[in-house]
Amino acid sequence: MDLIKIAEQAFVEKKEHPNFKSGDTIVVHYKIKEGNKERIQNFRGVVIQRKGTGTTETFTVRKISGGVGVERIFPLHSPFIEKIELQKEGRVRRARIYYLRNLTGKKARIKDKIRNIEVKEE
Amino acid sequence: MPQGLIGRKIGMTSVFGEDGKNIPCTVIEAGPCFVTQVKTAENDGYSAIQLAYDDKKEKHTSRPMLGHFKKANTTPKRKLVEFRDWEGLQLGDVVKVDIFNNDTWVDVVGITKGKGFQGVVKRHGFGGVGGQTHGQHNRQRHPGSMGASSFPSRVLPGKRLAGRTGGDSVKIINLRVLKVLPESNLLLVKGSIPGAKGSYIIIEK
Repeated sequence: MDLIKIAEQAFVEKKEHPNFKSGDTIVVHYKIKEGNKERIQNFRGVVIQRKGTGTTETFTVRKISGGVGVERIFPLHSPFIEKIELQKEGRVRRARIYYLRNLTGKKARIKDKIRNIEVKEE
Repeated sequence: MPQGLIGRKIGMTSVFGEDGKNIPCTVIEAGPCFVTQVKTAENDGYSAIQLAYDDKKEKHTSRPMLGHFKKANTTPKRKLVEFRDWEGLQLGDVVKVDIFNNDTWVDVVGITKGKGFQGVVKRHGFGGVGGQTHGQHNRQRHPGSMGASSFPSRVLPGKRLAGRTGGDSVKIINLRVLKVLPESNLLLVKGSIPGAKGSYIIIEK
């Protein structure tokens, strides 16, 4: 296993991405080639899972587009990913939130993570 | 047989190529190999180099082999392979992975994973009977007819039937070398190679 990591290291191009988890809402800026032109497409949605380790790690983003659920799997270290923007941190209780697929509308909302709670003093 | 090395399959992963494509690749630990014998046409009837790979303990080595390794001034090794018509090497030389170059093509010989006793569908790619109706209730994966009837009254030799599958020596030709890592003795080739992780393989140039 260690030797595989050494081999993977030889190819890794370090790109700093924010540390996101499942339940977070992110925007993936993805490079798309059309003929000779290159443009950037944004894919905004909820992270459903992160899978794998090392250079083969992937993540799945789900969004609702025109009433239809769309899921896209991105390799985390893909050179086509220009940037990942973390928009909202969600509070979920499992690493793979597949149950979101069966929920629509108000039930498919994810609570925001509560941070920096101020303790009221009496 | 051309120039080559003995190695060990480490496992598979995937890397991103220059055009951004995700390339499946196999990581191979290749060498370092030691020349333990040089065969010449005058002495042995043909010219060849014998390479040795992978250390083993002295107490697990037979006395005759111990002498053989001592002649080449190396420690005892597990795997010995001959490479035909390879000139310019001497007894005791070390061959390393840097004999390969990036973006060249190599052949890899390995022993496939043993699969045990298998039927004709897996072993020879037969199509099976092809239906579940018309009375075929228990023979979906059967070989079908064995041959003609009263003449010849026997099954012809070489008829493909069920049996032990896997464990064969298989050579995969023209695998692209993605990267050579000489300091860690690693070789990355595109695609898959035969055998289990950790099994011995031969890489030919």
